[in-house]
Amino acid sequence: MKLTGGLRPVARPWIWSYLGALSVWLAAIVFTRGHGAGGMLTAGLALAVFSVITGVAQMFVITLGPGNVDLSLPANIGLASAVAMKVMGGADAMVAVGLLAALASGTGIGLANYLFIRLLRIPPIIATLSASFIIQSAGIAYGRGLQVKPPPGFAAFTSAQFAGIPLLAMGTLLFTIAGGIVLHRTIYGRSVLAIGQNPRAAWLAGIAVERTRCITYVLSGALGGICGALLAGYFRGSSLEIGDEYLLASIALVVIGGTSVSGGNANVAGLWGAALFLVLLLTMLNTFGVSAGIRFVVTGFVIIGVIIAAGGSRMPR
Amino acid sequence: MTATPGSTAANARPIPLRLARAPRRFLRAALPGVSLVLVLVGIASLNPRAVSYFGLNLMLNLGIPVALATIAQMFVITVNDLDLSIGTFVSFVACVAATFLRDSPVLGGTILLGGVAVYALLGAVTYLRNVPSIVVTLGMSFVWQGLAILVLPKPGGKVPVWLHGLMGYHTPYVPFPIVAALAIAAAVHAGLMRTSYGAILRGSGGNSGAIGRAGWSLLKTKMVMFALAGVFGVFSGLALIGLTTSADANIGKGYTLLSIAGVILGGGEFTGGRVSPVGAVVGALTLTLAGTLLNFMHISPDWQVGAQGAILIVVLAARALINRTGGRDP
Amino acid sequence: MPELPGQIVRLDRVEKHFGAVRALAGVDFAVHAGECVGLVGHNGAGKSTLMHILAGTLGPDGGKVLVAGEARRGYGVVMAQQLGIRCVFQELSLCPNLTVAENARVLHPSITGWGWRRRAARLIGGKLDEIFPGHGIEADAVVSDLPIAKRQMVEVARAFTLSRSPLHLVILDEPTSSLDGHTAGQLLAHVRRTVATGVSCILISHLLGEILDYSDRIVVMRDGKVVAADCAARFDRELLVTAMGGATAGKMQAAEPSPATRRTTRPRVRARPARQRDGLELVAHEGEVVGFAGLSGHGQTDLLLAIFKAASRRMPGIEVTEPVALIAGDRQSDGIFPLWSIVGNVGVSSMPALRRSFLLSPELEDQLAERWQKRIQIRTPDLRNNILSLSGGNQQKALFARALGCEAKILLMDDPMRGVDVGTKREVYRLIRNEANAGRTFLWYTTEMEELENCDHVYVFRNGSIVADLPRGELSEERVIHSSFEESA
Repeated sequence: MKLTGGLRPVARPWIWSYLGALSVWLAAIVFTRGHGAGGMLTAGLALAVFSVITGVAQMFVITLGPGNVDLSLPANIGLASAVAMKVMGGADAMVAVGLLAALASGTGIGLANYLFIRLLRIPPIIATLSASFIIQSAGIAYGRGLQVKPPPGFAAFTSAQFAGIPLLAMGTLLFTIAGGIVLHRTIYGRSVLAIGQNPRAAWLAGIAVERTRCITYVLSGALGGICGALLAGYFRGSSLEIGDEYLLASIALVVIGGTSVSGGNANVAGLWGAALFLVLLLTMLNTFGVSAGIRFVVTGFVIIGVIIAAGGSRMPR
Repeated sequence: MTATPGSTAANARPIPLRLARAPRRFLRAALPGVSLVLVLVGIASLNPRAVSYFGLNLMLNLGIPVALATIAQMFVITVNDLDLSIGTFVSFVACVAATFLRDSPVLGGTILLGGVAVYALLGAVTYLRNVPSIVVTLGMSFVWQGLAILVLPKPGGKVPVWLHGLMGYHTPYVPFPIVAALAIAAAVHAGLMRTSYGAILRGSGGNSGAIGRAGWSLLKTKMVMFALAGVFGVFSGLALIGLTTSADANIGKGYTLLSIAGVILGGGEFTGGRVSPVGAVVGALTLTLAGTLLNFMHISPDWQVGAQGAILIVVLAARALINRTGGRDP
Repeated sequence: MPELPGQIVRLDRVEKHFGAVRALAGVDFAVHAGECVGLVGHNGAGKSTLMHILAGTLGPDGGKVLVAGEARRGYGVVMAQQLGIRCVFQELSLCPNLTVAENARVLHPSITGWGWRRRAARLIGGKLDEIFPGHGIEADAVVSDLPIAKRQMVEVARAFTLSRSPLHLVILDEPTSSLDGHTAGQLLAHVRRTVATGVSCILISHLLGEILDYSDRIVVMRDGKVVAADCAARFDRELLVTAMGGATAGKMQAAEPSPATRRTTRPRVRARPARQRDGLELVAHEGEVVGFAGLSGHGQTDLLLAIFKAASRRMPGIEVTEPVALIAGDRQSDGIFPLWSIVGNVGVSSMPALRRSFLLSPELEDQLAERWQKRIQIRTPDLRNNILSLSGGNQQKALFARALGCEAKILLMDDPMRGVDVGTKREVYRLIRNEANAGRTFLWYTTEMEELENCDHVYVFRNGSIVADLPRGELSEERVIHSSFEESA
């Protein structure tokens, strides 16, 4: 056995994601000669919200350690958006019920994911993958021919702003702060971090490993559900593809935000930096009039570049 | 419980002996075949005419590119990695085939070879930097998608004539897709399961330490396996465009998940280098036929994807059950 | 030193350190062509380190490795392979997903091209037939389908196979551990036949009978040094045991007087190893320090883990009445959380008690760590430093603080003093005695003989079961070694 000498590089450079976001924003300002810099930031914040919510969900899952990832998020979001819109039925009075329904749908999916992992003893990747197949179909069957618009009040709420800052962004900021507290100051959060570093040591230290795993997958499902409802409100209607980009986005956020993909080290603050960086980068490329193809290629290389720079630890599989 | 291997079993003939020793392995090996037969029987009972030369040709046609993509995924899974970019890579290949390869075969061929080289490079990167393959291939999925859009911004393009001719070939008596599937399975089985270096490649997934201690290069095995995945990804894209005759940048979208499901359905495991090329091809065909079966059962096409997920879960559940009751690791 | 012509391999004053521990302290060792060297020693004597250096899996920190009379620079696995030195490790090094024949091929790059499967099958099958007639192993059987004994047979046979690569020395580390008496006999007879052809063997075994009967020469190691080396005929069992145990194989000194008789209260732990066939079982009472002895890997850790599991769910044959905590011996894989500070590592098992309302209180965490830093002197300028900034001994102290700081009444110790310096050990021994006097129960698996002196009662393990139950008064090093090594093969 090899002894790892010295410290691991402790502070991952999550600060870079903020610097990246800032420089992208400045570049865009220079390009547009200052026009619409504020508007770009507002739009960026509004879009970043959804990535951040899914990013938090994925971050908790990935922090559980190698092999843990929730591939069912997009299907979950798609189904939840349909469920929320159908239950709300365009009536403001039903908003709370609709949100609860979306939450319930997401929670159920999270629980199902965990049960697949536990009972069938299959890796989380495959469990959440097979679940996503079924959820997708359920979503298609359930939401077929459904063009329900969100209740006007809900739609207005999802795009409301205060002093140029979207209301949702403020709410999500509070939520991420709470997420940070849960991660570092509760038994559950510490258990996630411990399991991610070394599941065997965590078990031997008396941590409830299976319960923690269960809560994490349920939490990820629930956040996906909420995100689906909010997205449907923001984009004025549900669609099954509404969540498609959030699988890659959520993992990308986690990686760029400085969370360790080998587990045990999560960074909530980095999620915002990474989300703003990606959203602003795409917006900037848009304003440059770059084609969609280039945008994809750039995003891909950013993810690969960050993961290669961060490197991995020699962990036995 | 398994029968304990002992003196009484030693006199039996070889095959029953192995059966008695490893009922679990036998049951699991039979699982993909059984699922394929079940789906075929279902189709035949609902619509006997479907099981004909032309019916099978029609139903299994699209199974060929899926099978090739599944084989590509299988190579990566053999060395305990996962390729989340195979679907977009197939799209990319199809787009290149419908444009460059038709207009300038040399340039098109070079681009496709470049794709294979990129795959080999990915293998090297995941090994040398020890980064998780899912994140790297996730990033690559963006890259291939973007390149596909750049190559072919709007659906269209045209398949090279020779490729269309190849995929539309009518073999006598036995439908072409079946011949092709058999050929793919046989070729990969021979290469991976029967060659001496194939044993090293699989061994590096089973116990990389032992392979390294015996003096083999683990960097090389990783790169070879990823490059092979790239090669079969190219084959898959070419086969797909040969059937559809025109491409679009999302043409291979579902292949990532299908290919993983196919490998697992075919009896492969995610870790430990336990894979089966024949099983993977059978798994891919089963997933393809499942959709047809649902059509015949008048189940709405909405549930096609769901059925694939359900099949996967049922098979995994059956496997978990076999593992628990069929016997223990000796 | 004059070169003997027939010397296969020689180690000159080879040293090897693991942190503070000197595993090999200047070992001179040689194997000549056509001899079988028996290598014995108790835990930590250095025999497995020596073997790893010969096999090239570990590099020496000092001294020279000479193969075929030449000093070898950069001696490693590949060179060992090329020079015809092969090793059968205790941990199986077959690929479980490959067939027997394919595993044979892994070792022989020359088996390739058309018909390689047939040739590989013939090679391994022939060797298996030669060593283990009537083995019943098919060359195309997948290794993971084979029971453990047959896997070991394949592994041993593979080491003796000959293709274009040379073969001069085969190192066998506990080659008979999973074999029954009959197959073990077949293997050892083959060793003698092979030695007669000029190939050499090193045989490591806990069965002294095997060593005495089948070696030409026996080397005894103790504390990283060769303490005796002579013709096998000059040794007998008693001499070997004495040599392994050192000069003072008498009665042990009690660290502190402890009750001569066991308490009669209801025991806190009652456990029977899964492989125990007779009526012996382990019993531990309040305030006792109970030692687990025997050669490492003979079921001590398994029983500790079973007891650990039994605290949270029912386990057959095990009864635990109070909360337990475990102190890991393998710090890197079972103990520390490498990304956390010392405070975080100490507090992780006491989290419920460190809360104010719902949230963990950094203040309470710091207090807990500081309290234990004072009690067992974790040497660090700041407890908020990363755990890896500590020396090995202090990391171990942090793990002790973690377990003792929580409310567990039963503490399971999985050989926790591996690689810890003497000063730290003394401090910890005192701490354990104090905690035991305060009513805690310790189950202590140790591979170090002198640590047993701190125990009130010792159980000796062999092959997964308890073979001796020694009260404090009857404990002696000789008795422990006697029980650890089986009477006959």
